[in-house]
Amino acid sequence: MSRALSILLKKEIADHIHSWRFNILIALIALTATASMVTVAQTIRDVLSKAANQPFGETFVFLQMLTASNGRLPSFLAFVSFLAPLLGIAMTFDAISSERQKGTLLRLLAQPLYRDDIILAKWLSSLLVITVFFLALGFFVIGLGMFIFGLPPSFEEVLRIVVFLLVTALYVAVWMSLGVLFSLIFRQGATSVLALLAMWLTLTLFYPMIVDVIAPVKQSGTSEEILQSIAWHQGLSRLSPATLYDEATTTLLTPSVRALGPLSLEQLVGAIPAPLPFTESLLLIWPQIVGLIAMSVILFGLSFTLFMRQDIRSTRA
Amino acid sequence: MQETTQQTQLDSPPSTPVIQLANVSKRYGFKTAVDHLNLTIYEGEVFGLLGPNGAGKTTTILMLLGLVEPTEGQAYVLGIDATRNPLKVKERVGYLPDDVGFYEDLTGRENLLLTARLNGLTEEEAAQAVDQLLKRVGLEAAADQKAGTYSRGMRQRLGLADTLIKRPKIIILDEPTLGIDPEGVRDFLALIRTLSQEEGITVLLSSHHLHQVQAICDRVGLFIDGRLLAVGTIADLAQKLFKDAPYQLKVEAEPLGDELLANLMQLPGIASAERISPTSVRLLARENNAPDIAETIFKNGSKLYALESSQFGLDEIYHRFFAGREGT
Repeated sequence: MSRALSILLKKEIADHIHSWRFNILIALIALTATASMVTVAQTIRDVLSKAANQPFGETFVFLQMLTASNGRLPSFLAFVSFLAPLLGIAMTFDAISSERQKGTLLRLLAQPLYRDDIILAKWLSSLLVITVFFLALGFFVIGLGMFIFGLPPSFEEVLRIVVFLLVTALYVAVWMSLGVLFSLIFRQGATSVLALLAMWLTLTLFYPMIVDVIAPVKQSGTSEEILQSIAWHQGLSRLSPATLYDEATTTLLTPSVRALGPLSLEQLVGAIPAPLPFTESLLLIWPQIVGLIAMSVILFGLSFTLFMRQDIRSTRA
Repeated sequence: MQETTQQTQLDSPPSTPVIQLANVSKRYGFKTAVDHLNLTIYEGEVFGLLGPNGAGKTTTILMLLGLVEPTEGQAYVLGIDATRNPLKVKERVGYLPDDVGFYEDLTGRENLLLTARLNGLTEEEAAQAVDQLLKRVGLEAAADQKAGTYSRGMRQRLGLADTLIKRPKIIILDEPTLGIDPEGVRDFLALIRTLSQEEGITVLLSSHHLHQVQAICDRVGLFIDGRLLAVGTIADLAQKLFKDAPYQLKVEAEPLGDELLANLMQLPGIASAERISPTSVRLLARENNAPDIAETIFKNGSKLYALESSQFGLDEIYHRFFAGREGT
């Protein structure tokens, strides 16, 4: 890492930690997610005490605590997957445009550093900060769970939760890359944030509906036709990072998920209805993880090229 | 070689070129921002790049820093090709953009410390250099206030300190006096002049404020529509551009009839006359012959109320070269 990059990185991280925007959002996420987890955990505990003879290792209470909902509040997972993109957007939507508008970009560029240092520092600092935040949130929730259940999580549960948190950070990284790109395209922060919110709503809420309309899953016909329609449907859905993230996290936090595509009856015959081991789950979602990495790298690459070519004249009017 | 260095130390005439623009052009689409510019700036001088808004001054400056790539030609700063090796240039050149900005949540001191670190100063060196420079630009009292609370003039002074932190050989100031009150402008320019003299820093500043440039620049370049019209000291320029009549004399007398005017025109050295009002007239002259004019008026029996002589300065240059063009 170059000297300039590490200096800028330190500054950016300090900026994030001190910014109102970041603190408000992490408070929002931490509070809603924890509230949902605690209410769910209480219901789970009641169920547990009634069926005390069940072996704990198999039930994955800590994972249930993150994925189950008591009907009143959405689950911890639902909250995180809905709100995490907001965090990524909030941290990056004006990454470059604010520097440009405040006239600091040109001053920075007049120092002996490469242009890529600036944009890399913006992106990496946000990634580091949110990774730390999600890990902290995860461990806090595990701790709360131990307090409520009165028993420690199994090693596999911890492993699954940590990977889930890292995948969440990766998912936010996709949104951050998009945020950085928009901060380059739009000179005004307000325009950029509106465009990003539109993207967020579209991808998380409307995109699945649009895919349903474009490539509906056939209910009747030959099995081949049905399979083909499912393939189309899934293929299109998976263009959205939200779909990839949902598939990856569901598989990680629900060990009983055995496949993400259609399963034929023949494939199910003779299958033991037991949870998948961690490594198998990981193998199952490997394509999703690679997909998320690819998306964030491509988007970041685009911003990178755009920033290198952009006229750096200050446009403070 | 040794001779040239000695000459530079003696300061007259400066002879080591530190900035060289060789046939540099920059085109944005069909618009030519800078058109085959040739310019050499020597060590230790204060050079004013003078021109109306949109003349291509900022583009030229950005090319010197390697932040904009010239379409044609080469820009050398301290012998380094600025386009190919901008980092080396930026290590040695301080740049104050027009409308400079600072991180508003950081104090003035913290802003400078960041720049110091980016330029590779150790923490200790940085703290010392920042202290010294804050004192120098007169911001010690405000050093620990957030930069967001600074006035325009303070920001500009902080900006100057910011450019000086890397101990530059050259500083480039883009419209440094824009938006500061007249008192502030005078102080700021005096500071630049002192710096250039005491530290031997070469200063390149761009401006469209002619008077300010006139006050501190050793040489100026007139820059219009991407082309350099003339380069030289102010006196040089005046002589070059107004060699037929470098003096202007304003006469107020009563009565000031046509007969008197004809007599005045016959005086040696008078090139032309222009009536301003029934009792006053402006004469352009090759020499300052105010005494002759006074005498002629007395002889004619008129009363002389005012006789003012001035040499052509930048204002006249401005009018002649800028004002006419802006109309077209």
